[in-house]
Amino acid sequence: MAYNLKEVVNKKIRFTSGHRMCAGCGAPPAVKTILLAVKPEDEVVVTSATGCLEVSSCIYPYTSWKDASFIHSAFENAGATCSGVEAAYNALKRKGKISKTTKFIAFGGDGGTYDIGLQSLSGAMERGHDMVYVCYDNGAYMNTGTQRSSATPHYADTTTAPAGKVVAGKAQQRKDLTEIMVKHNIPYVAQTAMYGNFKDIYEKAEKAIYTEGPAFLNTLAPCPRGWGYDPKDLILIEKLAVETCFWPLYEVVNGVYKVNYKPAKKLPVEEFLRPQKRFKHLFKEGNEWMIEEIQKEVDKKWEYLLAMEELTNKEG
Amino acid sequence: MSIKERLSGNEAVAYAMKQINPDVVPVYPITPSTEIPQYFSSFVANGTVDTEFVPVESEHSAMSAAIGASAAGARVMSATSSQGLALMYEMLYIASGMRLPIVLTCVNRAISAPINIHNDHSDSMGARDCGFIQLYCETNQEAYDNIIMAVKIAELAKLPVMVCYDGFITSHSVENIELLEDEKVKAFVGEYTPEHYLLNPDEHVSMGPLDLQNYFFEHRKQLADAMTNAKEIIAKVSKEFGDISGRYYDAFESYKLDDAEYGLVVLNSTAGTAKTVVDKLRDKGIKVGLLKPRMFRPMPHKELAESLKHLEAVAVMDKADSVNAMSGPVYTELVTALHKHDVHIPVSNYIYGLGGRDVKATDIEKVFRDILAAKDNKENLNGTFYLGVRE
Repeated sequence: MAYNLKEVVNKKIRFTSGHRMCAGCGAPPAVKTILLAVKPEDEVVVTSATGCLEVSSCIYPYTSWKDASFIHSAFENAGATCSGVEAAYNALKRKGKISKTTKFIAFGGDGGTYDIGLQSLSGAMERGHDMVYVCYDNGAYMNTGTQRSSATPHYADTTTAPAGKVVAGKAQQRKDLTEIMVKHNIPYVAQTAMYGNFKDIYEKAEKAIYTEGPAFLNTLAPCPRGWGYDPKDLILIEKLAVETCFWPLYEVVNGVYKVNYKPAKKLPVEEFLRPQKRFKHLFKEGNEWMIEEIQKEVDKKWEYLLAMEELTNKEG
Repeated sequence: MSIKERLSGNEAVAYAMKQINPDVVPVYPITPSTEIPQYFSSFVANGTVDTEFVPVESEHSAMSAAIGASAAGARVMSATSSQGLALMYEMLYIASGMRLPIVLTCVNRAISAPINIHNDHSDSMGARDCGFIQLYCETNQEAYDNIIMAVKIAELAKLPVMVCYDGFITSHSVENIELLEDEKVKAFVGEYTPEHYLLNPDEHVSMGPLDLQNYFFEHRKQLADAMTNAKEIIAKVSKEFGDISGRYYDAFESYKLDDAEYGLVVLNSTAGTAKTVVDKLRDKGIKVGLLKPRMFRPMPHKELAESLKHLEAVAVMDKADSVNAMSGPVYTELVTALHKHDVHIPVSNYIYGLGGRDVKATDIEKVFRDILAAKDNKENLNGTFYLGVRE
């Protein structure tokens, strides 16, 4: 059935308004859309790592998780916690104590996923639990005030890798977590963003949720405070990330790559960088080399993906 | 009819777990508890249990998965030792704070550094304030019995339980043991019916919220109350267990203590050695006795004070050091208990056996002789000594 935004938004909403996430944050619409992909007749248990999403969505005695059960236990262990819930489901189902189909989705920010939670995530994926892990990647520790993480883009200004007189922001490139997850040989890995009327993220969520076994979704989740853009520009920022190929939309199904969107005219990466305060220093005279370097990195990854697409489809 | 067997402590615990048939066992190997997941995974592989066995990638994830599974409504058990318990530390507090009845076996082993695989109690003593009920075991029989009782205690108290016994000494030594029939264990532990759980088809729940100034303190007080209330629950479950097994357990075991003049307080396997020393000294007409705590959390402070108040002096043996320039953990807590109930007798502290240093009957006899001789030297009586250490 062809994607229809109007129909999708009228499905069962499991993440309600009233949460305390910032205006212009990419995480809540991503989470809401992903949960819309759960069939209305199915149950879902959401696990969250400590982070913006958790502390803003479930403040005692309130919760934004509706028609869903929710658990948070700690920061670095959403993968393991969710795997425990899934194991309980298998055991209780086998013993005939529960009958409904339940889906398991874990959410973590990039700090809780790329960094402190990487081991827990890797373990859960390797063990083959039937769950989806979603990283909402905003490229820094936003909950504690924009400290650098291994997902922070090269040269971005953060509060622990600030752009100073002798150091130009974060000195390292981003860790490529999506590729690390591909190498776990799990059935479904995808990188997504809120692009094209939410079609990309919705369809990937649906595939991830209804693929048997572990699945990983890496979704871009811009942060107006940490990135320095006007909250109303959230969707524009996502679009620029995709159109510049800074954040390619692709999926890997049982090892076979598919690049879901290939811009007819790839925009220069500075189009994505310019509207963001965290890259302001890149546009000072004499710093052009940083933008050039980022462009090279973006191009290299893009070429890699196209080559992998060709290679893995040929093999298949 | 009970079954007479010869099992190691770890075998006995794995056997009890087989009989309990928990829903989920997330576990990670670490010496000297490793045999538990080994034995248990063979039960899983052979279909003698229908447990979901989750061989996680770390102890942190073991306790995290245990929390997820328990919150989801499953009966959950795990096992660890030493560094493994230390790595779980963060999650231990979360298990109790979320009021999840997880049963964890802690096969006691020294904590690094330096690294050492042998027995002392620095692992579980380091976790004494994490909100777990702690039960300590002298023998394989006690380990087996306490594990079975722990399931019921945890679920009634809505608190996690840690069952502790000595690495290698108890975990790997084979002793005669009496096992209960499978049906008896099954009937004793019954079905787990949680009140609120993630997979409840009739309600949705949110667990683990951000809990701010307005509520956090009340929730922690509820946890404190649960621990206080656990005393009665443990007594009740222990009585029920006694009725089916013939083995009755109290908060602590008193050995020839009633008419004693001098007493020794010691946990776990060393209590066995200490009993022979008590017998030997008694044969010589010296009135000594022993108190072996089973329940360390909750602390049976009133009962302890009541049982020790008639003594001339007490020695507390600690197989862990608090590194606080004062005393070991059991000593600190025992003295607090005595003071709380207005019992003012001399109490000395012996740190012993760290890293598995052998403790012989002669060492324990020395402790008794010390407190007997120190009658006229009260200063010595309240001291802290490192038993048998080379200076």
